[in-house]
Amino acid sequence: MNDRSHEPGPRDATSGAAHHLVIAASPFVRRDVETPVVMRHVAWAALPATAAGVWLFGLGALVLVAASVLGAAGAEWLVTGCRPWRETPVRDGSAIVTGLLLALTLPPGLPAWMACLGGAVAIVVGKSIFGGLGMNVFNPSLTGRAFLQASFPVAMTTWSAQAPGALLHLHGDTFAPPLASPHVDAISAATPLAQMKFEHHLSAVRDLLTGSVAGSLGETSALLLLAGGIYLAWRRFLDWRIPLAIFGSVFAVAQGLHVMDPSRFPPGLHQVLSGGLVLGAVFMATDPVTSPVTPRGAWIFGAGIGLLVVAIRQFGGLPEGVMFAILIMNAATPLIDRWTQPRVYGTGRKAS
Amino acid sequence: MSDARSFRHGIHPGDHKELTRERHIERVPFPREVVLPLSQHLGAPSHPVVEVGQRVHRGEKIAEAAGFVSVPLHASVTGTVTAIEPRRHPTGRLVDAVVVATDPASPQTLYGEAPLDWESMGTAELVAAVQDGGFVGLGGAAFPTHVKFSVPEGKHAKFFLVNGAECEPYLTSDHRIMIEWADAIVLGIRIVLRILGAEKAFVGVEDNKVDAIDTLRRRIPNEVPCEVIPLRTKYPQGAEKMLITAVLDREVPSGRLPIDAQVVVSNVGTVAGIGERFAFGKPLIERVVTVTGDAIRRPSTVIVPVGTPLPHVLEWCGGLTDDTRQVIFGGPMMGTPQATLDVPILKGTSGVLCLTARSVQLRREYPCIRCGACVEACPVYLNPSLMGMLARAGRYEDLLGLHLMDCMECGSCSFVCPSNIPLVQRFRVAKGIVRERQAREKARREAEAKPEVAA
Repeated sequence: MNDRSHEPGPRDATSGAAHHLVIAASPFVRRDVETPVVMRHVAWAALPATAAGVWLFGLGALVLVAASVLGAAGAEWLVTGCRPWRETPVRDGSAIVTGLLLALTLPPGLPAWMACLGGAVAIVVGKSIFGGLGMNVFNPSLTGRAFLQASFPVAMTTWSAQAPGALLHLHGDTFAPPLASPHVDAISAATPLAQMKFEHHLSAVRDLLTGSVAGSLGETSALLLLAGGIYLAWRRFLDWRIPLAIFGSVFAVAQGLHVMDPSRFPPGLHQVLSGGLVLGAVFMATDPVTSPVTPRGAWIFGAGIGLLVVAIRQFGGLPEGVMFAILIMNAATPLIDRWTQPRVYGTGRKAS
Repeated sequence: MSDARSFRHGIHPGDHKELTRERHIERVPFPREVVLPLSQHLGAPSHPVVEVGQRVHRGEKIAEAAGFVSVPLHASVTGTVTAIEPRRHPTGRLVDAVVVATDPASPQTLYGEAPLDWESMGTAELVAAVQDGGFVGLGGAAFPTHVKFSVPEGKHAKFFLVNGAECEPYLTSDHRIMIEWADAIVLGIRIVLRILGAEKAFVGVEDNKVDAIDTLRRRIPNEVPCEVIPLRTKYPQGAEKMLITAVLDREVPSGRLPIDAQVVVSNVGTVAGIGERFAFGKPLIERVVTVTGDAIRRPSTVIVPVGTPLPHVLEWCGGLTDDTRQVIFGGPMMGTPQATLDVPILKGTSGVLCLTARSVQLRREYPCIRCGACVEACPVYLNPSLMGMLARAGRYEDLLGLHLMDCMECGSCSFVCPSNIPLVQRFRVAKGIVRERQAREKARREAEAKPEVAA
């Protein structure tokens, strides 16, 4: 891993001490931020929304998070050769973040074993088979979620009603044994997007902001998610252009449709704040591995996601389209990067 | 300073200049011997014109330039030549060097040189006097100065840019020179303006050196067409291309030289040296060096004869601490690490950076997560993220298409990389391999062409 060699120095005439001088490649100073630190901050930024999930949906939500993280980290440890803790890639924190973010997209009442399986699939299918961290094409968390949605369509679309503060109240099938047929008997509720799409009912913007609506474990409170995103953008751990482009294009397209036909299309602000959009825009689309490197590419990537989200929500069969929109744009990322290489100094326009 | 100019991208490393910023330039006692490598500049090594046993005087020429892109070398002390043999060079190689034992009885006065009447000299004479003085860029690259001043036919130097940015962390030698030797700089600027026939000179100084900006502004007479430009403190502000962009808002075309943007750039130390060359007839035989870092007991700014053995300088600065781990020639961004202390200070040695284990950062490398920090740092707008992967895969043709050769190896990408990928090192290696291949290709084509000519 480290291409630096150590070479013993000679006895130094000036101080009498033998200095073992280190030969390394310049630069000899580095920024203090390392990849594991970035991962840690992403996890911290997602914690308020996670905590809100636990408050709204009970300790079962915490079990779900733990199961998903365990599945992801365990799979990472296994597929990277079961190395001791000192040197296992699990330590870089990326698998833990994958597991945590996956959990935030899951229905709060999902059986824990499914979350664990989803976490493992996210790592193995979403990341490891491509060659590990940095090599994957698709967002691992969303790959895991797509797997779960395809495998367990009923469980993945059963949304529990909230019970704020009732931590011990058990929603759904958290502790259902693996492969048992689901027996959904919890109080279920419709998400704002389903209400918009199938019942033409609009949730209050205030409820969308604070999270007093049904939905995935961590997607309901737009405010807490945005706070995490602003923190990450401020610390420069995410590319602010991507969420901004997503919000901008979703709002513009949705508002345009709304103006054309208010009875059929909900207003832009509702589209921005509901469903998994804020979670997806802040925590999923900004995954650096699967989003463009170039600044211009980031704008195109974000705008493309926004466009696809509205298209899927309004004209597709599903009430929600954030996951597929991001996965589709993930696939387009290498092409976008290729098209948007920065202008090199001294070429083109400004070369005198 | 809000009106300070700058370039796009770049980085903000901690500058650590407080260690030596206030340290006046001290003259160190002459060392017992000096080691003068024949290759201290970019270009052909100079030819020695002295013999072992010969007595030489301080300022006397001991080696001649070997061609146009080369400079002569002068004795930096009065004494006796004791050897002409391979010695350890700060780049790590063994290089032929003239070793002169200092005569302890000599007053070390300058060898028979007198002021040069620059106002009556023609351009060719002035350029020759610069080459004859052995001048190279003192900022670190050590490119022969007279080559820059020889403007090719059909090209014109409209502006002369004096580089006082000193953007490398820790280094303060240019800062001290601007404060203490402002008059020599002004004289140097007047001479160079005459050589180039340039309209105007600018001195670009980063705004972390407000006192230098004030001093220069006070000392530049009204009749000299020279303006001091405050620059935003940002690395690599002192790179020629970045300086040109910041001061003049123009770019040097890819693969070309500053003169193609009608500019010639020189370091402040070089300009001050040229001033002294004409004022006293003094060739380049000594230089100002910042000796700094947490491993040196008394961080200092010193002026030493070229060729002074490193231990002599370290001793004057109180010596190294016992936990010294790294000694670097130059700054922390682009400097050269030393494997041994048995090396001389060269014409291009702007600083000696001594670091303890606390400051030496040997970090673990993680996979590239394509965060794009390097893309936003690269001052020439390359894509180091993609290039790093291609370099590791050995895809040099693709790298050339991504402007590998425009990389100036400033190290900004490596600095910001959260995964500690040695990006700039990969590019250095790739550039070396590409140059080698191109040379081999050229040699092969020439070899193929020859028999046909013979037939």
